[in-house]
Amino acid sequence: MILKNLITVRAALNGRKHFANVIQRTSLSTISNRQQLDLLKLDYNGITDSVHDQLASIVGSENVSSSTAILEQHSHDESYHSPVLPDTVVFPGSTDEVSAVLRICNEQRLPVVPWGTGTGLEGGAIPSLGGVVMDLGKRMTTIRSINESDFDATVEPGVSRMRLNDELRATGLWFPMDPGADASVCGMAATSASGTNAVRYQTMKHNVLSLEVVLANGSILRTGGRSRKTSAGFDLTGLFVGSEGCLGAITAATIRLHPQPERAVAAFSAFPSIRNAVDAATAIMQCAIPVAKIEFMDEDMVDAVNRFSDLENSIKPTLFIEFHGSEVSTDDDLSRTADIVSEFGGADFTFAKDVEERSRLWKARHSALYACKTLRSGPNIRYIMTDVCVPISRLSECLTRTKEDILECGLPGPIVGHVGDGNFHVILLVDRSNSDEMDIATGVIDRMCHLAISMEGTCTGEHGIGIGKQKFLVHQLGASTVDAMRNLKSTFDPNHIMNPGKIFSFT
Amino acid sequence: MAAAGMKIMVGCKRVIDYAVKVRVRPDKTGVVTEGVKHSMNPFDEIAVEEAVRLREKKLAGELIAVSCGPKECGETLRTALAMGFDRAIHVEINDPKVYETLSPLHVSKIFAKLVEKEKPGLVILGKQAIDDDCNQTGQMLAGLLRWPQATFTSKLSVNGDSADITREVDGGLETIKVSLPAVVTADLRLNEPRYATLPNIMKAKKKPMDKVNPTELGVDLSPRVEILKVEEPPVREAGVKVDNVDELINRLKNEACVI
Repeated sequence: MILKNLITVRAALNGRKHFANVIQRTSLSTISNRQQLDLLKLDYNGITDSVHDQLASIVGSENVSSSTAILEQHSHDESYHSPVLPDTVVFPGSTDEVSAVLRICNEQRLPVVPWGTGTGLEGGAIPSLGGVVMDLGKRMTTIRSINESDFDATVEPGVSRMRLNDELRATGLWFPMDPGADASVCGMAATSASGTNAVRYQTMKHNVLSLEVVLANGSILRTGGRSRKTSAGFDLTGLFVGSEGCLGAITAATIRLHPQPERAVAAFSAFPSIRNAVDAATAIMQCAIPVAKIEFMDEDMVDAVNRFSDLENSIKPTLFIEFHGSEVSTDDDLSRTADIVSEFGGADFTFAKDVEERSRLWKARHSALYACKTLRSGPNIRYIMTDVCVPISRLSECLTRTKEDILECGLPGPIVGHVGDGNFHVILLVDRSNSDEMDIATGVIDRMCHLAISMEGTCTGEHGIGIGKQKFLVHQLGASTVDAMRNLKSTFDPNHIMNPGKIFSFT
Repeated sequence: MAAAGMKIMVGCKRVIDYAVKVRVRPDKTGVVTEGVKHSMNPFDEIAVEEAVRLREKKLAGELIAVSCGPKECGETLRTALAMGFDRAIHVEINDPKVYETLSPLHVSKIFAKLVEKEKPGLVILGKQAIDDDCNQTGQMLAGLLRWPQATFTSKLSVNGDSADITREVDGGLETIKVSLPAVVTADLRLNEPRYATLPNIMKAKKKPMDKVNPTELGVDLSPRVEILKVEEPPVREAGVKVDNVDELINRLKNEACVI
């Protein structure tokens, strides 16, 4: 605990009270001597005037801020982890500015957190150890190119997925990845995000063609080109996708676009039990019906969504499905699915072919997170959201056992899932001021993650490891794999300034 | 291949895209349009969608899209063709001075002439354009043609030679019946327009687009309005902290003039 004590002492000397608010820290208690020495050279004290002036000379003095409001805005994301104030926030306007800023932070050993929209769900963007938050979303808002004939686009971190799709609306193309928030596309690359369409259009892992990344020492990398395939050298694109800001800052992403479906049909059906619903979904996948979305909601979630969006769906485990294709193919998919659904006891099979009805249906699903708050109200009620992903053949068991655990624990815990991928989210509604409830919730999540890992699944399907899931990483992947990650990290970021305290610690 | 049935004509105006931050030109004579993203007026997209749906319900035959302006309007018309229209008419206005002062009265006169030629059973326009917010073209066109008009339409159902229409008005919703032919202007909640798909965008490239000169139509496009000055709204100033209540009252009275 040497380093933690050192920080506290230095903090006290500088009178920086906000360090007292930091609860989550990397577990630094058993770091090796070599790394301890490295880390001790890091200055977590704050920004000196000279450093502040250097930063201001790069981005302009109006683009460096330590005003309380700005620091607070950049102290938290949409996870349940406690906010931590950074020491300063910088707003670079170009890749060159990012490079110059990182070079200074590297020289000065200042922690840096790249920031997109701050909508992450695992604390990835929280500046746990203070330092600099580099807000790339505010000024770097250019859509650098849209290549309609090649189905690709290159965007900067300030471009969100909805804005990109808006730009594309007359081109016949779209960007299908749709995590709940209107997230930054580059941020989505950093967390390897997914969404409701992954079952057909896959995740960011498969849809990023190339990244422009700036490393801690300021070097600017371009990891690929625009060809659909390449065998040129190591796959650095894949390395940076999902790296959560720990290997470098993403300053542009070239992503794949997909043709707008000729026709989209939505359908849903209620089932007598969770097992029936999930088994039906598994059967649909195993019959290779090319669904575009297949989403599960348990009865608590349906209840919440009914209240929030003024709907009257029967309060039972429900599957929401969407088919994309031609008129003929979607009709065929619809009828084959109807057969499977009835085989598993599905009732009230309803479908919507027109745009307005479909939009209404999916809006209900997309606002599921906000809808959950209708299940439990109060000033201290917060949601703790998590996700796991398992092989499809194990999904039914994983989900039902998790639901049993939730029912036993006594907290409201609606479940929503991208069941076609074997992925589901649990949203626990917790009274933050009650530490017993926090413990109960953490227990549920721990057991859920361990269960998923025991089924050869993952403790995080799409949100990333961030802060809260670090404890599962070694268990899930093994010590030598995580060591390999540490070695890579040390190669790309020898001074460990890039988003320290995330994904793994140096144990 | 147009089915036999009522012809529908729809106006598609090319405007600065709604998401763009509009800037005033340094010479204060207008806004910057060079290199700025343009797209079809959103209310016109809704009008286009409504016409396509009527045809899908077999209540309409040939669908014609019309746009007035420079050559870039061709792109706007191709979008309408990609959404399902059969033919486009591009009324070419290449002189930027003429285009800048083109107003609803000019446009409605152009449409009136085209209606005489094409004889549609229904003309659907967007209720207003998002650049000038005039909300006049549909009404003026109906006046020139002496046709019934149904503006701010949020629901349209065609029954033979009349249509039942719900209009969004200040007090709520008004239901009226108009005999056809009529002019309808589309409001936001009429429908949600479809996205153009790639195969349809490809097909649209081959659909006919006729070019028409406004002088052929006998319409006088001389400006009826002279733009004197275009300015941005005043920049928001920083707030002021006052030292005491007396100063507050003084400022509220003498500067803000609110008491």
